[in-house]
Amino acid sequence: MRLPKDLVAASAAPMVLGILADGESYGYAILQRVRELSGGQIEWTDGLLYPLLHRLEEQAQVEASWETSDSGRKRKYYRITTAGRSALADHQRQWRAVIDALGETWGDVAQAVARGTRPREGMAT
Amino acid sequence: MTTDDARAYVDAQIAQWREYVLKRTGVDAADADELESHLRDQAADLERTGLAPDESFLVAVKRLGAQHEISREFARVHSDRLWKQLVLSGTGASGDPASDARGRAEVRWVVGLAVLAAAALKVPALFGVAPGSDPGFYARNAALFALPALAAYFAWKRAAPIATIVAVAVSFVAGGVLVNAYPFVRGGQTEGLAAIHLPIALWLVVGVAYVGGEWRSRRRRMDFIRFTGEWVVYMSLIALGGGVLSGITVGAFSLVDVDTFTFVGEWLLPCGAVGAAIVAAWLVESKQGVIENLAPVLTRIFTPLFAAMLVVLAVAFAVSWTADAASRDALVVLDLVLALVLGLVLFAISARESLAPPGLFDVLQLVLVTAALAVDVLVLAGILGRIGEYGFTANRTAALGENLILLVNLAWAAWLAIGFLRGRRAFAASERWQTAYVPVYLAWAVVVVAALPPLFTFA
Repeated sequence: MRLPKDLVAASAAPMVLGILADGESYGYAILQRVRELSGGQIEWTDGLLYPLLHRLEEQAQVEASWETSDSGRKRKYYRITTAGRSALADHQRQWRAVIDALGETWGDVAQAVARGTRPREGMAT
Repeated sequence: MTTDDARAYVDAQIAQWREYVLKRTGVDAADADELESHLRDQAADLERTGLAPDESFLVAVKRLGAQHEISREFARVHSDRLWKQLVLSGTGASGDPASDARGRAEVRWVVGLAVLAAAALKVPALFGVAPGSDPGFYARNAALFALPALAAYFAWKRAAPIATIVAVAVSFVAGGVLVNAYPFVRGGQTEGLAAIHLPIALWLVVGVAYVGGEWRSRRRRMDFIRFTGEWVVYMSLIALGGGVLSGITVGAFSLVDVDTFTFVGEWLLPCGAVGAAIVAAWLVESKQGVIENLAPVLTRIFTPLFAAMLVVLAVAFAVSWTADAASRDALVVLDLVLALVLGLVLFAISARESLAPPGLFDVLQLVLVTAALAVDVLVLAGILGRIGEYGFTANRTAALGENLILLVNLAWAAWLAIGFLRGRRAFAASERWQTAYVPVYLAWAVVVVAALPPLFTFA
């Protein structure tokens, strides 16, 4: 599933911070993890992850260092910082609020559909 | 293809891809490393699923996403890098040692030439020739301080052929010898004319260096016209900053009773202006991408304003035209206006996308050209009237020639513009006409500098 751009932009930072909260990682592995966690449902444009990581680095939410992998290739590893953890906590609060609210409204919708009425247009008829 | 061959092929492809990514603004060598590492990881995983190396590479590149999108995001995050990358490619930002070295060499050339030109300005003072004692000397030689350095910069930058370098150098020497060897009557008309026209002629000689000797190429000539307009824009910006700096210097030091007026007037401003001429050229060269967006905007702002001003001017002059109105001063002012309009028309043409269909802006341009044509006819009538009444002088001859040249240019430009607006002609015809006309300016400037003074006994 391709998510709309705005939704990717809004959810990418919390997702990356969440993944890094489990331990340091590098770009390609982060993307693999995103795919895994969403069961292949979420696909990003790979290249756009890096500007995001750099932005988080600039905001000191993550820190990065170059390391050489076993195969001899240079990789840039990212680690979450304290500021990153508190940003992640903020994200979690905000997203929980959004998800709860969505659940409430959609719960209404689901019940209304089950009753056979249309909740949004009920006033007009 | 064996696997090894395929891998070598993929390595070459990745190297090419990397080079391409680095050309994008906003991406530096470390970013490219990171993206490359990602690309290789992805390709390796794909190979494990059974794809051939070259296929894996293609898929990996595709998954990475469109380069312009990525580089735009990088640029947004690292906006501070943009300016540095555009101007100081010698900072190692490009990741390519050869182009870094060249960038650094260019900075050295620019600084060296700017200092050299500024110092040259002060050399005559060593021999007792100061602006105060001989204002005519500096007026006649004004072009000979900055422009040779500018020509040298372009000759180096374009790696101009020897023949071009020799031709340009000979032109500068000839110009310098001419204006200094002629026995001008002090403060006479021919001296003033030479002082005005030598810079015009030598600017076009700089143009020969700018195009690296390809002066026959129409496209390169158009590049030089665009460069001229952009150079004027940058010079104005630098002059603005220099003016503020000078004002603050004089003001601040006067508080502690130090008189910096002489320093600012005789050193800071003249040397700064000469140095700025070279720095401005370098900025135009380096920041092409930015200014390309600026040029069309500037012409779009000023073309309508100038068109309106010229229409009003033409009507006002036509209504109130009397023999007295054709005074010397009025004609000089009108000629200055026409020169400005010609510059604007040229700049607008050079900044215009030549394949774009005719639009409102082209109508405005035609109005501008037509109004200028009307003003030019009035000026010509005034000059001819004065020549009939008082006879030929050096000034009137020069003005007559210039206005005739302008008349021919504007008339044909208007004709071509009408054809373009009616869909009978491509815009390229207008471009061709203006680029073909450039040597006419050079020829006339040379005539005014070299032939008019002896003809009018250096008066």
